[in-house]
Amino acid sequence: MATTTKTPARTATRLDVPKTYKLFIGGAFPRSESGRVTEVLDKRGAFVANVAKASRKDARDAVRAARKAQPGWAGATAYNRGQVLYRVAEVLEGRKAQFVDELQRTEGLTAARAQQQVEAAIDLWVLHAGWTDKVAQIGGHANPVAGPYFNLSVPEPTGVVAIIAPQEQGLLGLTSVVAPALVTGNAVVVVPAAASPLVAISLAEVLATSDLPGGVVNVLTGDPAELAPWLAGHADINALDLTGAGDLDWVELEVIAADTLKRVLRPEPGLAPETPQRILALTETKTVWHTKSRL
Amino acid sequence: MTTPSAALAPAERAVQLLGGDLSEVALRRHLEGLPAVDAVGLEARAASLGTRSIKTSSKQAALDLTIRMIDLTTLQGNDTRGKVHSLVAKALVPDASDPSTPRPAAVCVYGDMVGNAVEALGSAWSNGRDDGINVAAVATAFPSGRASLPVKLQDTRDAVAAGADEIDMVIDRGAFLEGNYGKVFDEIVATKEACRRTDGTFAHLKVILETGELVTYDNVRRASWLSILAGGDFIKTSTGKVQPAATLPVTLLMLQVVRDWERLTGERIGVKPAGGIATAKDAMKYLVTVAETCGEAWLDPHLFRFGASSLLNDVLLQRQKLTTGRYSGPDYVTID
Repeated sequence: MATTTKTPARTATRLDVPKTYKLFIGGAFPRSESGRVTEVLDKRGAFVANVAKASRKDARDAVRAARKAQPGWAGATAYNRGQVLYRVAEVLEGRKAQFVDELQRTEGLTAARAQQQVEAAIDLWVLHAGWTDKVAQIGGHANPVAGPYFNLSVPEPTGVVAIIAPQEQGLLGLTSVVAPALVTGNAVVVVPAAASPLVAISLAEVLATSDLPGGVVNVLTGDPAELAPWLAGHADINALDLTGAGDLDWVELEVIAADTLKRVLRPEPGLAPETPQRILALTETKTVWHTKSRL
Repeated sequence: MTTPSAALAPAERAVQLLGGDLSEVALRRHLEGLPAVDAVGLEARAASLGTRSIKTSSKQAALDLTIRMIDLTTLQGNDTRGKVHSLVAKALVPDASDPSTPRPAAVCVYGDMVGNAVEALGSAWSNGRDDGINVAAVATAFPSGRASLPVKLQDTRDAVAAGADEIDMVIDRGAFLEGNYGKVFDEIVATKEACRRTDGTFAHLKVILETGELVTYDNVRRASWLSILAGGDFIKTSTGKVQPAATLPVTLLMLQVVRDWERLTGERIGVKPAGGIATAKDAMKYLVTVAETCGEAWLDPHLFRFGASSLLNDVLLQRQKLTTGRYSGPDYVTID
């Protein structure tokens, strides 16, 4: 006997199910410990979603998670890191529609412009996936020395990197700073663009389902001006990427960061994106001496 | 820092409480007559005590007090003399960046390492004074307690002879669970006697219940009473080798026993949670529980201790945060 499933007739309008966008810390999606949220409105002033507003204690927890995850990520083979970053691109590709929709709502873009941005971000992940096992050839050297030694310099990840992401083009800007840090094995605590929190947390959902170990990327939606000084002063952060901090008092942030000898990337003039130099800016150089054997 | 032993003669407390003909029957009647523990109420009370928010100057005081209450511990099979020396160095100068940092109450080591610890402490060893660092030794076939009584007693005497100011003994959990309270009692009394130094004073006796192996709260309450009656100066939750180790509800329960004992006799017994307390936040929950259960008089290293190794570093990080106003990191404390 054939049965047919019929959609029940819609007599009343269906209720909206708005999503609460929470933070991304240590592979989980907690609310802010402060309990604060920010209301996100679209360009016409209609309610879109509540987004968690991170506090300094969330930043502290994120740094702790990043510190814990960093050795494992740096210890993975470059080939494996490349696979994971490529996987991010794959998963992003499958969820393109969601990102296009969120960009249209928060940044007021046309569908075409939003799609362009999402595709550029996907391509950027693919680009960085390719660099994982190649950047050492660009940044490493065999140094000539006056003695019977091999002398080799190789780039090593600097450790935990705090990033203030660019304030324009939420998804592409975020990708352009997070992906280069991940290539060599850094762990990241990132404050995304204040105006585009939705795509940042959706990207976190993509990262969480792309075999990226929990804690390697931590996303703190909130006010960059509030969080940046705490990140700049935190003694367990090794580098501070201020690419998106052009509107903040970034000189003061650099001064704070100097107390703990952090590597600082300034917003001005900034480094050209999509270059190996952008990736190598967040590495240390390790030099090893090895005797030449006399067989 | 030294605490005079509370008991005049080992089994005297039991005789006074249970009557002259101290028998196992009387002991059993007392222990099994103790009221049962309301587990849900106990856990709810512990959880509510863990929610207090402690800020600024109170937090600063709590952090310093926590350090002063720590028994800095290394109890590994691979302990070396060098490791004991670095443990002692850490106790002497917990934070090289801040000379105002207080020192922990004691270092806790295996019995054969007592001599090394005493030597490494040098003039900082308390040795009967109230202002130095004590050496605590685990004894009586720690952590399992599975050895014959003469072996356990010799273990204790060796540690005391080598200079141990405090002895952390384990009870025979097997005998306790079999209901053989008399055997457990006699072993504690005998160990207490073995803590006697040549000059007639006693090393401080801490009795480890190993609550993780006693299973029920009722058993923890009975074992606490048993240990106090037999002459223990401190009751300690765990060896740190069994999970679960110290928990807040178990510690609260033991603090309640100690409070009841003080009301009954006026005598103050110490409590030492050990194992699994790794953060300053956890430590502060314990301090709140102590103050709310036994009163602020118990916020004293003579009456409350933390058995811990990694706790100290976390407390130092929080202390640095308070001093500098910025979050610190593990690069700024020692690697133990």
